[in-house]
Amino acid sequence: METSTVSPFLDQLLADRPVDSARGWLGRLRGQALEQAHGAGVPTVRDEDWRFTDLSPLYKLAFRAPAVVPEPTPDAIRPHRVAEAAVRMVFVDGRHSPALSSAVDVLPAGLKVERLGDVDGEWLRSRLGAVAAFTDDAFVAINTAHLQDGAVVVVDRDVAIDAPVHLLFVSTQPDAAAHPRVLVVAEPSSDVTVIEEHMALHDGAYCVNAVTEVIAEANARVRHVKLQRDGKAGFHLATSAARVERDARFHSHDIAIGGRISRQNLRVALAGEGSECHLDGLALIDGRQLADTHSFVDHAVPHGISRQRHKCVVGGGAHAVFNGRVLVRSGAQQTDSAQQSRNLLLSERARVDAKPQLEIFADDVKCAHGATVGQLELEEVFYLRSRGLDDLAARNLLTYAFAAEIVDAIGVKSVVERLRAHVMARTGAQETLR
Amino acid sequence: MSTDRPLLDVKGLTASVAGKTILKGIDFVVRPGEVHAIMGPNGSGKSTFSKVLAGHPAYEVTAGSATFDGEDLFALEPEMRARAGLFLSFQYPVEVPGVANAQFLRLTYNTVQGARGRDELDPLEFDDFVREKMKLLEMNPMFLDRSVNEGFSGGEKKRNEILQMALLEPKLAFLDETDSGLDIDALRIVAGGVNALRTSDNAIVLVTHYQRLLNYIVPDFVHVMDGGRIVKTGGKELALELESRGYDWIAKAA
Repeated sequence: METSTVSPFLDQLLADRPVDSARGWLGRLRGQALEQAHGAGVPTVRDEDWRFTDLSPLYKLAFRAPAVVPEPTPDAIRPHRVAEAAVRMVFVDGRHSPALSSAVDVLPAGLKVERLGDVDGEWLRSRLGAVAAFTDDAFVAINTAHLQDGAVVVVDRDVAIDAPVHLLFVSTQPDAAAHPRVLVVAEPSSDVTVIEEHMALHDGAYCVNAVTEVIAEANARVRHVKLQRDGKAGFHLATSAARVERDARFHSHDIAIGGRISRQNLRVALAGEGSECHLDGLALIDGRQLADTHSFVDHAVPHGISRQRHKCVVGGGAHAVFNGRVLVRSGAQQTDSAQQSRNLLLSERARVDAKPQLEIFADDVKCAHGATVGQLELEEVFYLRSRGLDDLAARNLLTYAFAAEIVDAIGVKSVVERLRAHVMARTGAQETLR
Repeated sequence: MSTDRPLLDVKGLTASVAGKTILKGIDFVVRPGEVHAIMGPNGSGKSTFSKVLAGHPAYEVTAGSATFDGEDLFALEPEMRARAGLFLSFQYPVEVPGVANAQFLRLTYNTVQGARGRDELDPLEFDDFVREKMKLLEMNPMFLDRSVNEGFSGGEKKRNEILQMALLEPKLAFLDETDSGLDIDALRIVAGGVNALRTSDNAIVLVTHYQRLLNYIVPDFVHVMDGGRIVKTGGKELALELESRGYDWIAKAA
């Protein structure tokens, strides 16, 4: 990797680690990750995995963990509340905010939502970093080197939690770097929905480097909703990684709306027979935004099912990247995998690079993938015009509908409504449907 | 039944798609109060004919004219044709996720009403209004809350098309294969809805492959298309003859 031009950025980011007082395994984990981060450097467009996503604007800047973290008023985050949530945990510039978080003593039975530091060390040791290994990715290594604060969500065996857990990450100041960490463990036959939301209260440049790990144990159901609504000058680098065990099911809803440059890595290991993942993605960007999603579904055992729908709506001079890799290992017979990448370009300058990547080493599988890039379907526009709507209204409505299909599947009513309103405003459909 | 002034007067229409000529000279006249059926084998051009008249952008009119209610139809954008009172019921209606059917129906209704200089309805007024119209088609009101056509069965989509016809009150409605894929109960309901919308001022053109629909909506004229032309025109008995003898004898005779 090319490290020389970027080392000031990296050095600053790594030098700025909190003083490491941790003893034992956590201290060692951070130390190893730090070593890895220094050794590997950060990626450039010369790396195949980063061909289309040029982070040089990021590397020109220096970010610090802020010395002082102001506490936003409850009013500032009120619009981001999720009415249905069982619990809300808020992090401000990477640090937990008890004042903005909801009380944790009223949680439903069988659900634990705790700060990383409050969780039993031995329990954590075998789980933290088990799904998102710091050796896999430079930014995961940087995140792991900074491990300090974060959220741990645990659902007990056989417990189904209807109300979602809301984790809200707020940026309050320019030049700040935050390294959020989330661990979700769903014990056998449990069911939980976790909403991870990122947003900013300012328009300056800042850097979020997030890592989320999900362990869906046997027959569990986990729904992970990621709302990336970072500020327009923000940088969002993230890895969400899930291990899906026997007969378990993982649903992922990745919505990328904000950020100047965002990169979402999504890694799903279908590790147990009969496990399933359903990955929905939507990037809705314009102006000079870049949104990159790299997904990797690893079918390691027989009878796995994966379904992926990724959509990009790209306006202005924005650039969307989708790389969807599906690996079917030789032992993963009876795999059933389908991937669909659909991309809508709203302007001449808008650009998308979409690449499905199917690697099959088993001989008895059902795999399908497809990618489309283009404008709205002529037939669909004509349908609406034949009902009296003018061309612009028809196009706005269909652009909205294109995105709404992914939004509607999220399944948390207030989140769906909030996103629908946002998508409506962004696509001009609001004017039409007033 | 008919007055002198045609509602639709098509003369010598030819049209092509992607450089390929599909319609090869069609003359077609519809007067108020009439019901026409256009039949023909697959690929005869009957669906294309209705799409060309409604203004589908994939088709190019290469010769001929069409006058609709005194206006030059081909000078109008598709939405202006709809506002002027031309309706096309689609064979494959489009799904619009995230937009509630009620919201969409009110949008199209108000758009067309506004263009015709009539009053628009607010959501509450519209709700009463559309529920009345839905009774005509025995549609469950829950279809108002669902996204437009999303997850609707074939029959439900067709009912939703006729519901839009009921709301938009066209002078001339082309129903493109509205009967295909419907079971007998759904066909009876849809046909009943269409019949209830008939007046002495409007007209209906049924584009269909099957004679069955014509037992429920009885046409005044039956036209047979083949190879992009109308090759035979007759009364409703022609449909029965087609049912028993197929299309081949007409193609040969023509």
